[in-house]
Amino acid sequence: MTLKELKVGQSAEIVAVGGEGSLRNRLIDMGLIPRTVLTLRKVAPMGDPIEILIRGYELTLRLEDAANITVKTVENKKPQEPPVIKYGRKRKRRGSV
Amino acid sequence: MKFALAGNQNCGKTALFNALTGMRCHVGNFPGVTVEQKTGEIRGFGGYSVVDLPGIYSLRPYTQEEIVTRDYILNEKPDCIINIIDATNIERNLYLTMQLLELDVPMVLALNMMDEVRANGGTVDIEKISRELGIPAVPISAIKGEGVSELIDRAVDTAKHHVLPVRADFCASDSPCHRCIHAVMHLVQDHAEEEGLPLRFCASKLIESDSDIADKLRLDTNERELIEHCLVQLESESGLDRNAALADMRYCFIESVVACAVVKANESREHRRSVAIDKILTGKYTAIPVFLGVMMLVFWLTFNVIGAALQRLLEAGIGQLTDIVDRALTSFGLNEVIHSLIIDGIFNGVGSVLSFLPIIVTLFFFLSILEDTGYMARIAFVMDKPLRRLGLSGRSFVPMLIGFGCSVPAVMATRTVSSDRDRKMTMMLVPFMSCSAKIPIYAVFTAAFFPGHGAVVMFALYFTGIILGILMALLLKGTAFRGKPVPFVMELPNYRLPSPRSVGLLLWEKARDFLQRAFSVIFIATVVIWFLQSFDYHLNPVSDSTESMLANVGQAISVIFKPLGFGDWRFSTALISGFIAKEQVVSTLAVLIGCDASVLYTVLPSAFPSTLAACSFLVFTLLYTPCVAAVASFRREFNSRITTLGVVILQCAVAWIAAFLVYNIGGLFL
Repeated sequence: MTLKELKVGQSAEIVAVGGEGSLRNRLIDMGLIPRTVLTLRKVAPMGDPIEILIRGYELTLRLEDAANITVKTVENKKPQEPPVIKYGRKRKRRGSV
Repeated sequence: MKFALAGNQNCGKTALFNALTGMRCHVGNFPGVTVEQKTGEIRGFGGYSVVDLPGIYSLRPYTQEEIVTRDYILNEKPDCIINIIDATNIERNLYLTMQLLELDVPMVLALNMMDEVRANGGTVDIEKISRELGIPAVPISAIKGEGVSELIDRAVDTAKHHVLPVRADFCASDSPCHRCIHAVMHLVQDHAEEEGLPLRFCASKLIESDSDIADKLRLDTNERELIEHCLVQLESESGLDRNAALADMRYCFIESVVACAVVKANESREHRRSVAIDKILTGKYTAIPVFLGVMMLVFWLTFNVIGAALQRLLEAGIGQLTDIVDRALTSFGLNEVIHSLIIDGIFNGVGSVLSFLPIIVTLFFFLSILEDTGYMARIAFVMDKPLRRLGLSGRSFVPMLIGFGCSVPAVMATRTVSSDRDRKMTMMLVPFMSCSAKIPIYAVFTAAFFPGHGAVVMFALYFTGIILGILMALLLKGTAFRGKPVPFVMELPNYRLPSPRSVGLLLWEKARDFLQRAFSVIFIATVVIWFLQSFDYHLNPVSDSTESMLANVGQAISVIFKPLGFGDWRFSTALISGFIAKEQVVSTLAVLIGCDASVLYTVLPSAFPSTLAACSFLVFTLLYTPCVAAVASFRREFNSRITTLGVVILQCAVAWIAAFLVYNIGGLFL
């Protein structure tokens, strides 16, 4: 599914970030990277844009950009606490993208 | 010594800049572009200047702001970068820090809003974060001014001894990213040294497939192929594409720093409060009514209560002063022409423009409160959808709305639109929003031609303006502003109480800005109009206004208005005087027709050939060039005479065409 289809209050893990060029890179710079967990916080009164919680901050994006982001829903996982990774150790992979 | 202030949008950069410089700053634009450049001298340190770079999230060269920042640091080589980050949102903010570190320039980290972090039970281990990043870090609260003097000391120290960041290598030593970056670094080392570019920065940019840097480094095909090979390797090993892999590496490092140095605050009071407020202010059914209510309140208070009262006060003051000077000059027996210049030209002209000042200050008072509390970002969130079709974002909504009050603050308010393209386009659309100074003109004409139907006529005029604005937006979107779209990503900050200091500073800045223009451009324009009004071609003062140069000019250009139905020179002359301030159209018409302004509506029907011609005149007034104060604002914000002239000509052309269509199509039916 894509981020566009997520319901308010649901959390999901990013699987892939689609799109092209500067649009895609901007999303990546804002921290939307595969394996990151996010929560859909709210939807604007006219149905678009949406607001997500990611990496401890709230980000607004448009549905057309959200449609490029593939996610899978996760249970009991909130984005606030990033996984504790020791610097210098190889990171565990949760399957390829 | 030069310091550069860099950071994300909305992290308190401007507040820190004000705290550093005490607002003794010079505002200009970066060479060649209209992105604002603020330079100031650090308070108490003569010869130490600080440049406020645009708020950015990354150093990719996609937006004007990013290019400006990057070029400034690479070409101007500041002695020290002060990187300000929002400590309540440390992860995302450190992403830019990681990229700045690669530039190999002395750097200091300023952790802003530390007071808020502490108040909510969070801590940041400053020593650890400083050690992990390899640069000095200072906790500050820019709004309260805490920690600022220590920050200055550290920055000056770092710059003086040219202390470079200890490390730029943040990738885990056995990761695919590490291998790739180092392979690329080896490949381009000699090129980077030759060009004087920081090596690590070059490698990162090459991994991000930045062709600018590849060209700058003069890489040959062979080298490009080798790099491409490394990148393919990186992608297959990491399972991510090159851009994501690099960003992933950076965020992984940031996560490890945050894990060891930061105890996250509990869900902050500010945040809980924001969530509760947002239930209403961005709620599905409440958001738009609340927004309309807030804007109506702002307009009502500005144009009917506070601003209007201040305006009356100022006008009375100017009137008194004019009287006193007038009497003094008379008793002194000054030459009549000079007397007229001072009283009719300078005092009346500048006075009528100065009376805008209270409105501007009051409007900006409310706007800065809306902005500082965080409500402006919510408006952008709520109103984004309807504006998107026009190729704009929700950020443009408020400036355009202010255009209905007055174009001058509307153009000034476009500063809150973060993208340069959107900002320019928003400014182009502001003149289509009928400003409140045109209301007296509409009032006189409706009283004369459509008594009892004032509301309908007003509505039709405003509606025409909006529709034409939308058409213009679609036209601009397809032509001049086709540019690369930047995705709309925006943060909704927590609601905060505005600080009186920052509101005061903004008001002072806007007022000073306007006054400077009032006494330069506007001053000259009023004197020119006075000159044209008071003399004939033989430079003799005229007693009858119909013989003045202005009347002659009006006569000359009245031909243009023939196809619009009002070829009478008095109307064209009135329109010219409307360039000083739109209210002047009414008073000039009254003078030229030879009656009092209060009874003008009884005489107008006989002066106009037909009601349709009056409609055509109204449409023209609605759309033609903004007044001199607004044009001066355009000049200031576009930073280009040619573009400003373009806007004036465009508005006149649009007005002419619209009025022509009204007159001629209407003529078919009547």
